[in-house]
Amino acid sequence: MTTLSLLAARTRSRLPRRHVPVLATLVLLLVLYGVGVSQYRAFSNIQVVFNVFIDNGFLLVVAVGMTFVILTGGIDLSVGSVVAMTAMVSAFLLREGLPAALVLLVALLIGPTLGFLMGCVIHFFDIQPFIVTLAGMFFARGMCTFISGSSIPITDGFWTRMSQQRIGNPSGNFVSISVLIAFAVVAVAAYTLAYTRLGRNVYAIGGNSQSALLMGLPVGRTRIAVYTISGLCAAIGGILLSFYTLSGAPLIGVGMELDVIAAVVIGGTVLTGGSGYVFGTVLGVLVLGVIQTLITFDGSLNSWWTKIVIGGLLFAFILLQRLIGIRYK
Amino acid sequence: MSNRTAAYRALTTHRLFWPVVVLVVMLAANTVYRPGFLSVQMRDGHLYGSLIDILRLSAPLILVALGMTLVIATGGIDLSVGSLCAISGAIACLYISRQPDQNSVGGVLTALALGLGVALVLGAWNGVLVAVIGIQPIIATLILMVAGRGLAQLITEGQILTINSGPYKAIGVGHLLTLPLAIFLALAAALLVAAVTRRTALGLIIESVGGNAQASRLAGIRSGRITFLVYVISAACAAVAGFMMTANVSSADGNAAGLWVELDAILAVVIGGTSLAGGRFSLGGTILGALLIQTLTTTVYAMNISPQTSLLFKAVVVIAVCLIQAPGFRARFTRRRAPATGPAPVSEQPKEQVPA
Repeated sequence: MTTLSLLAARTRSRLPRRHVPVLATLVLLLVLYGVGVSQYRAFSNIQVVFNVFIDNGFLLVVAVGMTFVILTGGIDLSVGSVVAMTAMVSAFLLREGLPAALVLLVALLIGPTLGFLMGCVIHFFDIQPFIVTLAGMFFARGMCTFISGSSIPITDGFWTRMSQQRIGNPSGNFVSISVLIAFAVVAVAAYTLAYTRLGRNVYAIGGNSQSALLMGLPVGRTRIAVYTISGLCAAIGGILLSFYTLSGAPLIGVGMELDVIAAVVIGGTVLTGGSGYVFGTVLGVLVLGVIQTLITFDGSLNSWWTKIVIGGLLFAFILLQRLIGIRYK
Repeated sequence: MSNRTAAYRALTTHRLFWPVVVLVVMLAANTVYRPGFLSVQMRDGHLYGSLIDILRLSAPLILVALGMTLVIATGGIDLSVGSLCAISGAIACLYISRQPDQNSVGGVLTALALGLGVALVLGAWNGVLVAVIGIQPIIATLILMVAGRGLAQLITEGQILTINSGPYKAIGVGHLLTLPLAIFLALAAALLVAAVTRRTALGLIIESVGGNAQASRLAGIRSGRITFLVYVISAACAAVAGFMMTANVSSADGNAAGLWVELDAILAVVIGGTSLAGGRFSLGGTILGALLIQTLTTTVYAMNISPQTSLLFKAVVVIAVCLIQAPGFRARFTRRRAPATGPAPVSEQPKEQVPA
C-alpha cells in the first residue's frame, strides 16, 4: 500500500494536471474494491467484478454517449427516458409480432433521430441544451406511457437468447453478451475521441466554442453530432436494458440521467467541457457499481445510502475539479 | 402607422401574450369538453369547482417557482428544490408522528420550524457551493438533488410516513374565507417576494448580478452575498411547498414527494418570460406559468389520460414556448430584423409590473 502511494506521488509530479481526476477515480475504485475484499470473503471472487459489468452494461453505454455531450460543454437530460422508450418500443413491437431484426433496427433509429432533432433545435435556435433535452425527456417519457401504462414482457427467441447466453471461462465465471457490446461501444468511442477529426472538434468546442468557430471548425455539425451520438448510445443502452430485464416498463430508468451524469463527473470529465476521457467514464460507472455491490454485501445498509454516497462523491470530485481549475489560472 | 396596428403589435409581442393565449385556449377547450368546468359552487361554506381546484393544486408549484425565479434571475438554477420539498415534508411528518398529541398546534408549529430550518441550512449549502466555491449552479444543486432524495428516504426510513394531524392537514386542504388556505399561502409568499424585490432595490440588484456578476461586484454590489441569498430563499419556498404537498396527502413519501417539481418550476419560470440566462425576471409571468402548467395537468387528468402521458403535452408546450421566445426562431417567421448583437428583443420592452 505504501509503495503504491509513493509510486503515485512520484508519478503525479510528472503527470499533467488533467490526468489527476482520472487518477483520483482509479485510486478511489481500488480503495473501494480493497475495502470490499477485506470485509467480505466472497468479494474477492472475480465473478463479483463481472457482475458489476453485467448489471451496469447499459449504464456504461449511456454514460459513454453523455461523455461526448459533456465534453462539448452541453448536457443531455433525455437519456434515461430514451432508454425507457427504446425498451418500451422494442417490447411493444415484439408483442405485435414483428421480426426481431426489424424491431432492433427501429429501436436503434429512434434515439439518434430524437437526438438529432434536439441537436438541431439547440444549434439553430440557440436554446439552452438543458431546456431542450428536458423537453426531450418529457417527450420520451410521455411516449412510454402512451404506448402502454404497464410493463410488457418480452418472449422473443432472439431476445431471450441474448439475455441468457453466458460467455465464460472453464472455472465457471461468465459475462453476458451485453458486456461485450458495451465494451465494443467503449472502444469505438475512445478511438473516435482520441484519433478522429470529430473527436478533436468535440474537445475544441468544449475548450472554447468561440475560438473553435474562428478556427473554422464545424461547430454546428459537431454539436448536432454529439446529441445524435448520445441518442444512439441511449438507444443501445435501452436495447441492453431490455436484454437484461426481458421487458419494457414505462417507468424504468427514472432518474437514470443523474446516475449517468454522476458517473461521467466522477470519471473526471470537467462539466464545462473540453477535458475528460472515455476511460474515466468507465471508471466512474465502475465506482457506482462497486458502491452498489458493497451496500448489497453489507445487508444492513439500505438502498438510499447509494444516493447519499453518490451525492457525496459527486461533491468531492467537483471540488477536486474546481481546485485543479484554480491552479490552472 | 396607425395607432391600432401599433397597439396590436405591442400586445402580440408582449412576453406574456402567448402564455395567456394558451391558458385561455386551454380553459375554453375544457369548457367545451365539460360544460360545467367554469362553474363554482358554494358548499358547506366553501367554494368548490375545477377553477378552485386548479388554484389549490398550483399553490406548491407557485411557491417553488417563485424561489426558482429569483435563482434564475441571478443566472443560476436550483435543481434541488424537489428533494428539499421531500426533506422538509419528511422532517415535519416525522416530528409530528413522534408527538403524543398530533393535533397540538404547538407541536405542528415546531415541526414546521424544524423542517424550514433544515431546508434553510441545505439552501445555505447550495449558496456556499455556488457563491463561495464557484461551482456551476446546475452541478452544485445536482449534488443535493441526488443526495437529498436519499436523505428524505433516510428520514422516513424508506417508508411512507402517515400522520393524523388536523392542524398540519389544514396547510394542504384547509379553508379560509371560503377559499383553500393553500391559495392564501401562495398569494402571501408572492406578495412578500414582490414587495421585497420590487418595492426595494433588491430586485434591481438581483437582476444586475444576473446580468453581470463581475460588473455588479465592481459597482459595489456584494454579488456573492446576493447569490447566496437567492438559494436560501429558494430553499425556504421549497420547504413550504413541501409542507403543502405532504399535508395534502397527510403522509410523507421520501421517494415521490416533489418528484419532478424542479422541472415544472423551471418550466413555469421559462413560460413566464424569464430568460434562463438571467438578468431579468417577472414574478407575474412565473405565477401565470405555474397556473398554465397546473391547468394543463388538470386538463390531461380530466380527459382520462394517464398522468405520465401529460409529460408528452408538457414537452410540446416547452418547445413551443421556447421557440416562440427564441430570437433566432422569431426572425425566421417575422420580417423584423433579428438582433445580430446586443440584447434580445424581450429586454427592450418596458419592465413588467408586478401584481400587488
